[in-house]
Amino acid sequence: MRRVLALIRKEFLQLRRDRRLLPILFVAPVLQLTLLGYAATTDLRDVPIVVCDLAGCPASRDLVAAITASGDFRVRAWVEAPAAIDAYLDRGRAELAVILPADFGRRLAAGQSAAVQVLVDGTRVNAGLALSQLSGAVAHHAGRLVQQRVARSGSHQPVPSVSVVCRVWYNPELSSRNFMVPGVLALVLMVVTTVVTSMAVVRERETGTIEQIIVSPLRPVHLIAGKLVPYALIGLLEIVLVLTVAWWWFRVPLRGSLSLLVVLSALFMLNAQGLGLLISTVSHTQQQAMMTAVFFVILPMMLLSGFAFPIENMPPAVQQVTYLLPLRYYLIIVRGIFLKGVGWAELWPQAVALLGFGTGILGLAVARFRKRLG
Amino acid sequence: MLERIAAIATKEARQIRRDPRTLALLILLPALMLVLYGYALNFDVKHIRVAVLDQDHSDASRLFADGLFQSEYFARAGCLEDSAEAEAWLDAGRGRAVLVIPRGFGADTAEEQPAVVQALVAGDNANAAHLTLGYLDGLARYCSQRWQHERAQRHGRPAPVAPVQVEPRVWYNPTLASSQSLLPGLIGFLLMVIGAVATSLSVVREKERGTLEQLMVSATRPAEFVVGKVTPYLLIMLLTEALILVVARALFGVPLRGSPGWLLAASVVYLLGGLGVGLLISTIADTQQVAFQIAALVTMLPSMLLSDLVFPIASMPLALQQVTWLVPARHFIAILRGLMLKGAGPSAWGRPLLVLVVFAATVFGVATQRLARSLRGT
Repeated sequence: MRRVLALIRKEFLQLRRDRRLLPILFVAPVLQLTLLGYAATTDLRDVPIVVCDLAGCPASRDLVAAITASGDFRVRAWVEAPAAIDAYLDRGRAELAVILPADFGRRLAAGQSAAVQVLVDGTRVNAGLALSQLSGAVAHHAGRLVQQRVARSGSHQPVPSVSVVCRVWYNPELSSRNFMVPGVLALVLMVVTTVVTSMAVVRERETGTIEQIIVSPLRPVHLIAGKLVPYALIGLLEIVLVLTVAWWWFRVPLRGSLSLLVVLSALFMLNAQGLGLLISTVSHTQQQAMMTAVFFVILPMMLLSGFAFPIENMPPAVQQVTYLLPLRYYLIIVRGIFLKGVGWAELWPQAVALLGFGTGILGLAVARFRKRLG
Repeated sequence: MLERIAAIATKEARQIRRDPRTLALLILLPALMLVLYGYALNFDVKHIRVAVLDQDHSDASRLFADGLFQSEYFARAGCLEDSAEAEAWLDAGRGRAVLVIPRGFGADTAEEQPAVVQALVAGDNANAAHLTLGYLDGLARYCSQRWQHERAQRHGRPAPVAPVQVEPRVWYNPTLASSQSLLPGLIGFLLMVIGAVATSLSVVREKERGTLEQLMVSATRPAEFVVGKVTPYLLIMLLTEALILVVARALFGVPLRGSPGWLLAASVVYLLGGLGVGLLISTIADTQQVAFQIAALVTMLPSMLLSDLVFPIASMPLALQQVTWLVPARHFIAILRGLMLKGAGPSAWGRPLLVLVVFAATVFGVATQRLARSLRGT
């Protein structure tokens, strides 16, 4: 025990000596979460559109007003001829173009169907959502026109129809920020901790100080524990910091238990640090450790964990792979506790998975290190 | 001067070759990653898991629910008995929505009265929820139209027409497959990450090992050192990118509609920017641990989140939109989309290219200066 304590003290001394590391470990996560928390939104807001109104009548202007009413779309420019639209879409200055034909008002007045042409820049990431929202706005407007027609014709006969009344749970204002900020929080925690621990052991190997540790009476378990404890303490402080930012700055509602969130966050942290240490024990140089950490741990976690890309859209084989990513479980936990207010009853499978992975990874790191010594 | 640069470049190339595992990873990994992520990732929300809570138990209600699952957007994920079960089902995250068909639905439709169904939608993932709401709404509209049509036919009246109809046409990417817009983004992201990974440890490693002092006493000037160090990496990275582009073309059918020459020019400038960022980080950090930490925070997260790769820049707050100008991946992704998918001329990608040139020049300038200072200082 005394040996482990001595190693922990040595690690802390080394951490303090590096003038840049500690500030980065504490300031960077907060800064990143604040900045990226604002970035991570999939909401449509002020999507620029260009309108070519060949009709120029009250009816066509009504339709454009109906499209922009929700704030999803904003008219970037009005053009005279359809040919002028190319420049806007090519340069990315507008995402959609709406073309109202010259006979738009006439056909409407005659009770015929008028077609509105919509051009979409298919290279945009949210093109599908934008098109569906715009079509919905037009359809709603059309529904109102039908009602007006029926009212004018004076018939009060009911029309067979079905309508869907939707109730949105957990996030009634449908703000994607509430969903994304907990995700960014998890991502930032994962990156910061994996990176710092992935260098912890291999650095000693590169600088040659590992031999001194090997000849000391420290056992592999002691060494891993001594490396882990200082980073775990720093990690706990980081958890508190980023949770504060999410809750106090971004006002993400915390509906579940804070203590459960902190405990499970610490469990996730153990996984991230265990992965870092494992990388560190199998690498020969810090460059190798960096590449392994980036390409085999951080990138898969960023892209495949369900942070931005829905797991259910992935091919079945890849979906199986995602079960190997601790971040997958932690995202369900952090979003569940924040937004749904769920507790132990719903989250125990995720907690068990994190516990299993965490002990497995740390055990592997110790075993790898023992083999190296022999 | 050229001689000294060549000497440094040769030395660096030899050092790279001595570690063949790292070299192979530098060249092959990004292409492999593109294969994996190109297949795995997409935003096309399909097969949304929906459970049905049928309180009506009529033929009409069953028919309506079946109609829902005929579209590829929805997948039947179960039948529920009561609202308590629906709540537990959504809480456990087993699906995105519950369709509630209330008692009296069959009677209403039989009497040709307006009927109402309810949908409980999990809103935690706002993007998927928006699309779910849109699909449900469209489906209800389609159903109503069909019923009205059928009734008009029964009564021998002309079918009612929808006053306004949308005729969508999607440019550049007619099937609206999100993978087509994601691939250029992934290419930009992977190249920035690999560039920074390649060089961010290069100088600080020499600092840690003490070989930087040898440089101090040699006749090499900092600018020569920087150019010599970066040249081999630039050549490797160009090979990496060529492989990536072949993969994008052969496996995913991403076209190159614009000029290949300009694509090469833009790539060189962008790769220089990425390598320059790595070099700059390397001159700032005192240990490799810190260099890795800065590289991860400066290149990985911003290149994914602030680059228009996943989150549309137009939706961000205005102040943050200004910040994204500092993210080179944003500009390169715009160039790639312009050149590959749109086949647009210089008016579309000229400005981003100019920004990349300024960016590369700036990071190299600052990196050289910092190196000169630390050489004098040690």
